[in-house]
Amino acid sequence: MTELADAALRFTNATLAYDGRTVWRDLSLAVEPGTFVAILGPNGSGKTSLLRVILGLAALSAGTADVLGRPPRRGNPEIGYVPQHQSFDRDLPLRGRDLVQLGLDGHRWGIGRPNVAARMRVDAAIEGVEAGAYADAPIGRLSGGEQQRLRIAQALVDDPQILLCDEPLANLDLHHQQEITELIGRSLRGTSRSVLFVTHDVNPVLHLVDRVLFVVNGRWAAGTPDEVLTSDRLSELYGSHVDVLRVHDRILVVGDSTGAGFDLGEPHHLPPIDHTATATAAAAAGKGTGMGPEAH
Amino acid sequence: MLDQAVRLLAYDFVQNAIAAGVVIAIVSGVVSRFVVARNMAFAVHALAELGFTGSAGAILFGISPVVGLLAGTTVTALFIGALGVRVRERDAVVGVVMAFGLGLGVLFLTLYPRYATEAFAILFGTITGVTRGDVLLLLAIGAVTLAVLAVVYRPLTFATVDPEVAEARGVPVRTLTIVFLLIMAAAVAEAVQVVGVLLILTLLITPGATAERLTVRPGRAALLSVLIALACVIGGIFLSLVSNAPVSVFVTSLSFAIYLLARFVVGPAVLGIEGRRGALGTLTETGAQPPAGA
Repeated sequence: MTELADAALRFTNATLAYDGRTVWRDLSLAVEPGTFVAILGPNGSGKTSLLRVILGLAALSAGTADVLGRPPRRGNPEIGYVPQHQSFDRDLPLRGRDLVQLGLDGHRWGIGRPNVAARMRVDAAIEGVEAGAYADAPIGRLSGGEQQRLRIAQALVDDPQILLCDEPLANLDLHHQQEITELIGRSLRGTSRSVLFVTHDVNPVLHLVDRVLFVVNGRWAAGTPDEVLTSDRLSELYGSHVDVLRVHDRILVVGDSTGAGFDLGEPHHLPPIDHTATATAAAAAGKGTGMGPEAH
Repeated sequence: MLDQAVRLLAYDFVQNAIAAGVVIAIVSGVVSRFVVARNMAFAVHALAELGFTGSAGAILFGISPVVGLLAGTTVTALFIGALGVRVRERDAVVGVVMAFGLGLGVLFLTLYPRYATEAFAILFGTITGVTRGDVLLLLAIGAVTLAVLAVVYRPLTFATVDPEVAEARGVPVRTLTIVFLLIMAAAVAEAVQVVGVLLILTLLITPGATAERLTVRPGRAALLSVLIALACVIGGIFLSLVSNAPVSVFVTSLSFAIYLLARFVVGPAVLGIEGRRGALGTLTETGAQPPAGA
C-alpha cells in the first residue's frame, strides 16, 4: 500500500455531477510523482472540471480525491496552473515580470514590499523559460508564444509538486506549441513533479506522456498511450466504432461519434490520407492549430 | 495669484477643503486604477447617481448629506454585488438598479422645498462648502478605505489582471469583486464631494487611465495615478477660489488636459522606448515578428 499512499494524486470512485448532469462517474486513478498524464476527450467531457476538483474549486458528488495525501483545498501552494492562452490587453500596465511575481505572492494579502529573495526567484523562473529578453516589456504587446512562456514561469515560480495545464497549446501555432512543450518537458527533468495536461491534441506532447486519461460521455479509460489509444478501447468508450490511426508518428482518432469537434490529430499536417478517411474529421476539428512555423 | 493662494490658506474653509481634497485624491487615484482595469465605469456612474438619491433623502430627513451619500452608494454596491457578480450580468443589473434609484432621488428632491442649491451642490460638487464635521467624516471614510485597499491590494491586482490563475491559486475572486464594489462605494462618496455626481468619472477614471499611458509598471502606475488626482483636486480648489467658478470646472479641465498630454505627448515618448525594448527582445529571442503595431 505504500506506493499508493505516496501518489501525487488519487481519485477513488469519484463522481462529479452538477445541474443534474453526471460529468463523469466512478473515476479511480492514482498518479505517481513524476508522471506526465495527458487528459483527453471531447469538449464538455469534464476535463477542466477534473482540474477544478484538484484545485479545490469544485466538489465531488461521490467518492474521494486526494492531492499529495490530503483532500483538495483552495490555494494549495503545491499546485501550479497554466490556463489556455488568452491575450492580455495591449495597454494593460503589466510586465511579464509582474505576471510571474503574481504567481509567487499574488495570493498573499497586503501590498507586498520589494524583496530580494522573491526577485531572485522571479528572475530564475524567467530564465528557466528563456524569457529574460522581454520580461520587462508590456505583456499585452508580446506574441502568444511569449505570453505563454511567461505563464509557465508563473506556474513554476513557486516550485509546485503538481502542474496542471488546461489546453496550454490552444491558440498557438505549431512552432510555439513545440517550444512550449519542450519547456514543460525540460522543467520536469530532475524533479518529481507530476503534470496533468488537458489537451484536444495529444501529438505535440506524445513523447512526454506516461499515462493517458481519456474521458467520454461520463466514462473513462486510463493507462499508457499504447493501452488506451487503440481502436478497441476507444470504440468501447465511445460506444460506437472508432478507428485509431497511426500515421507518421502521429495519432488520429476517427469515427462517427468523434465528429463533435474532437480530433486527436492535426489534419493540416497529414500526408495524403488527409483527403480520404480523415476528411470529415479534418472538417469537424474546426479551429485550426496553425498552419506551420511561419504562420503568425 | 500665488500671494492670493497663500492668503486663502489662512481661512478655515480653505483648510477644510484642502484636507478633505488630499484624502479624496489619494483614494481616487488608487481606486481609479482598478476601475479602469476592471471596466467598471458604468458601475461607478450608477454608484454616484444613487449616492445622489441617498444624499437627497438625507437632506429631506435632516441628516448629513455625506452620510446619506455613503449609505446610497453602499446599498447600491451591495445590490450590484448580490445580483450581478459575473461580468455579463453586471451592466444589466447596474442599469436596472440605477434607473429605479434615480427615480427615487427625483421624488426626494421634489419633496424638499429648497432643493435647487442642494441639488446643484450634490450634482456638481462643493468641496469649499464642507464643514469641519464633514472633513472628519471624509478623513475617516478615506482612512478606512485606504486601509482595506492596502490589505487586498495584491490579490485584488491578481484577480483583476489574471482572474483564472488567481482563482486557481486560492484568491477569493468573487468575494474580492464585492469588496471592491464597497471600496468603490466609499471612493465615490468621497469624490462626489469635490466634483459632484455627474462629473465623478473625472476622478475615478481619468487618473488611472492617464497613468496607464505613462508606465507599464503597476506600482509606478498607482503612484502616478495618485499624483495626477492630487494635482487635479488641489489645483482645482485653488483655481476655483481665485476665480469663483465651481471646483469641478477646473478639476475636469485639469484632468482632461493631463490625459491629453499623457496620451499624445509624454506617453508615446516614454512608452515608445519601453515598447521598442519589448519588440527588440522579441526579435532577438525567438526570431518572430514584432507584435502588430509595435
